[in-house]
Amino acid sequence: MSDLLQLQGLEVHFPIHGGVTDQLLRRPKGFVRAVDGIDLAIARGEVLALVGESGSGKTTTGRVIVKLTRQTSGSMTFDGEDVSALWGTTQLRAYRRRVQVIFQDPYETLNPKQTVHDFVAEPLEVNGLAPRAADRDAKVGEALEAAGLPADFAMRYPHELSGGQRQRVVIAGALAMGPDLVVADEPVSMLDVSIRTELLRLMLDLRKERGLTYLFITHDLSLAWVIADRIAVMYLGKIMEIGPADTVIRQSRHPYTAALVSVAPTPDPPSDDAPARTILVGETPDASRIPNGCRFHPRCPLAFDRCRVEEPPLFDVGAGHQAACWLAEGGRALPVLPPSMPVAAPGSAQPMPEGAAIQGEAG
Amino acid sequence: MTAYEIAPPRAVKRRVHELPKLADPNAPLLVVDNLTTTFSLEGASVSAVAGVSFRLNDGEALGIAGESGCGKTTTALSLIRLLPPNGRITAGSVSFHGTDLVTKSELALLRYRWREISIVFQGAMNALNPVRRVGEQIAEPIELRLGETREASGRRARELLELVGIPGQRAQAYPHELSGGMRQRAMIAMALACDPKIVIGDEPTTALDVMVQAQILELLERLRRDLGLALILITHDLSVIAETCERTMVMYAGRVAEEGPVRRIFTAPRHPYTAKLLSAFPNIHADRRTLDTIPGLPPDLREPPTGCRFHPRCPVAMAVCKDVVPPEVVFPDGVRVACHLHPAGTNGGIVATMESIAARRSGMASAPVSEGTAAAAMGAPGTPTT
Ligand SMILES: Nc1ncnc2c1ncn2[C@@H]1O[C@H](COP(=O)(O)OP(=O)(O)OP(=O)(O)O)[C@@H](O)[C@H]1O
Ligand SMILES: Nc1ncnc2c1ncn2[C@@H]1O[C@H](COP(=O)(O)OP(=O)(O)OP(=O)(O)O)[C@@H](O)[C@H]1O
Ligand code: SF4
Ligand code: SF4
Ligand SMILES: [Mg+2]
Ligand SMILES: [Mg+2]
Repeated sequence: MSDLLQLQGLEVHFPIHGGVTDQLLRRPKGFVRAVDGIDLAIARGEVLALVGESGSGKTTTGRVIVKLTRQTSGSMTFDGEDVSALWGTTQLRAYRRRVQVIFQDPYETLNPKQTVHDFVAEPLEVNGLAPRAADRDAKVGEALEAAGLPADFAMRYPHELSGGQRQRVVIAGALAMGPDLVVADEPVSMLDVSIRTELLRLMLDLRKERGLTYLFITHDLSLAWVIADRIAVMYLGKIMEIGPADTVIRQSRHPYTAALVSVAPTPDPPSDDAPARTILVGETPDASRIPNGCRFHPRCPLAFDRCRVEEPPLFDVGAGHQAACWLAEGGRALPVLPPSMPVAAPGSAQPMPEGAAIQGEAG
Repeated sequence: MTAYEIAPPRAVKRRVHELPKLADPNAPLLVVDNLTTTFSLEGASVSAVAGVSFRLNDGEALGIAGESGCGKTTTALSLIRLLPPNGRITAGSVSFHGTDLVTKSELALLRYRWREISIVFQGAMNALNPVRRVGEQIAEPIELRLGETREASGRRARELLELVGIPGQRAQAYPHELSGGMRQRAMIAMALACDPKIVIGDEPTTALDVMVQAQILELLERLRRDLGLALILITHDLSVIAETCERTMVMYAGRVAEEGPVRRIFTAPRHPYTAKLLSAFPNIHADRRTLDTIPGLPPDLREPPTGCRFHPRCPVAMAVCKDVVPPEVVFPDGVRVACHLHPAGTNGGIVATMESIAARRSGMASAPVSEGTAAAAMGAPGTPTT
């Protein structure tokens, strides 16, 4: 398989503006390093899942790919052509047609005053894809059908649809453009389980029928595991681990992935032989204050001295499998993570030791 | 405000909790019998909760599950009578230690609401007042509901924040200065303010990151044990229930589909809806890489389907299902099911009454009931998608 899209050394740094003087001098107070140097290739026809906690830079990466956000540095190749500097050109329009995006909230995309038909037809007209009204109507009908919506929904307004139906309209709009790549940013996170699975199936069916390629952004590792060929795990703007979906989940080589797997929700009641859970301390890491060394070290249960000073590169650990952790150097397997500390009896509360990485509730 | 600031939660000594005078300490903590709540909507009436019964024991955690719109929130709001103006409890009772809250005057109810039963509202963490400090927002209801001085309630607010793992000085913070997980902790602190016996959490972890979700669930678990709370956890996410609750009640379209011990229901569901719901979740740990769907949508409750409300979507529906409401049947292992696949008399099941529910729950028979589970009736749940 050839690569449809390649990112090299991609960085997106947002300036933080301080007080009035800083603003007058156009001097930023610092930077939010939302995406901090990633290399990523998406093969034609594959589903690549980008997974990570809130604030890890998934959406920003997706926005750069669909050209809604400008990268600070790095390059981007699409279908063999360098598209890094494709701004304000007619080629940009052609690119945007081939690379469509689906956001989490269909309302971000839908216009409440526009009918379903007009929403799907407008970009076709603007892009000159179907200049004749009759052709447009046919294309709209076809797209709605492919997205599993009855043809008579064309005259409805967004508020007359359920959440799942709204997301289908967005999918229909993306499909009508005949894209090669679809960036789907948490497309089902707001939907109920049953609607969720129907939409995921729809997306996978369309991939087969139309040879689509997906970048699927989600914070849900289980979901990524079910629908993706490969998974890339992001943390504070960098890729921590990437590889075939099953391998990343079953043989995680990065402590962060292993911790995420251990807390992945399951509908099975806890049992004695269930794997131990490693709940990391802290939440929503701050991309304006990225730690030195390995950026994960303040929360890593296996961190050692080297991690605090030196940043690990992505090491090859198996076929198409890479992990950015010193413990993975030379393809070594990951030691077992310590489980979260058992909860101590009430009243024995003591402050946590400095640098403790495991949440010790009341311990 | 980084993350690493979350403090080790501090155990707080529990105030001596006196029950209201009318309450009978020997009566069960909470018994909900045939609760029926309807909304009036543009001339129509919405049958949101249609005869729900369950029982909650001291210190127990009950998880209420079901798809969006099946009446979970309405059930919870009915318990403490905080329904929107167009909602009304039309039948049934909610007995707290033997006193019925449904028939109490609004004034008499104040002794129970928040003080005995409190709730963390769905989405409340996003509804905090953005221009007021979090500590004040927790202290205010304490001042109001317990009649404490401003100073004492401020002190209590800081104490409560520490109880849920937020350093006391963060009481000064505004909501936007706290992460989602910290705001949810603050909401839990607020629910604990009047030292209730029962806390209802309505979707307390929805929209939070997995790691934060794990932290919040661990917190609830610890609070339950340290404070001896009983917990009603409402969620559409079955994994949350699997992790935290002993018992679960699966609701569909305003009725109870199946209720009983989590272990029994999640490993051998007897109601087709429960089975479908379970197989709609992928499971990394059990190697179930599948995505099952439940065809169709939950019904419009202005005109609920006749007979079994699940029949239009049920893969194993029979002729009888369309016309006859399935009776609730209790089995010896404590599971209660409302489905014609399980008529009274099979596997020792008897038609459910409040007494039979209580009796079966206390003495759980050891005989495993494996025959006739819904999963078996429908074949193995789930079809591989990859
Ligand atoms: N336009 C912007 N200006 C400044 N900072 C930004 C901007 N967009 C994103 N950020 C910051 O960049 C970081 C990464 O954000 P991003 O939205 O890409 O994360 P994410 O992984 O999609 O998270 P989530 O799961 O919450 O959607 C965050 O710290 C965020 O606050
Ligand atoms: N104020 C209201 N007026 C009319 N109908 C209402 C009102 N509130 C809720 N309903 C209806 O009552 C039913 C039950 O709603 P409820 O909010 O209890 O469901 P839920 O299970 O909590 O769903 P969710 O998971 O979406 O929170 C739904 O059909 C809903 O549309
Ligand atoms: S490099 Fe060190 S700190 Fe980073 S993930 Fe590996 S062990 Fe943990
Ligand atoms: S009563 Fe009938 S329709 Fe309802 S769940 Fe059981 S089998 Fe299905
Ligand atoms: Mg995002
Ligand atoms: Mg609700």
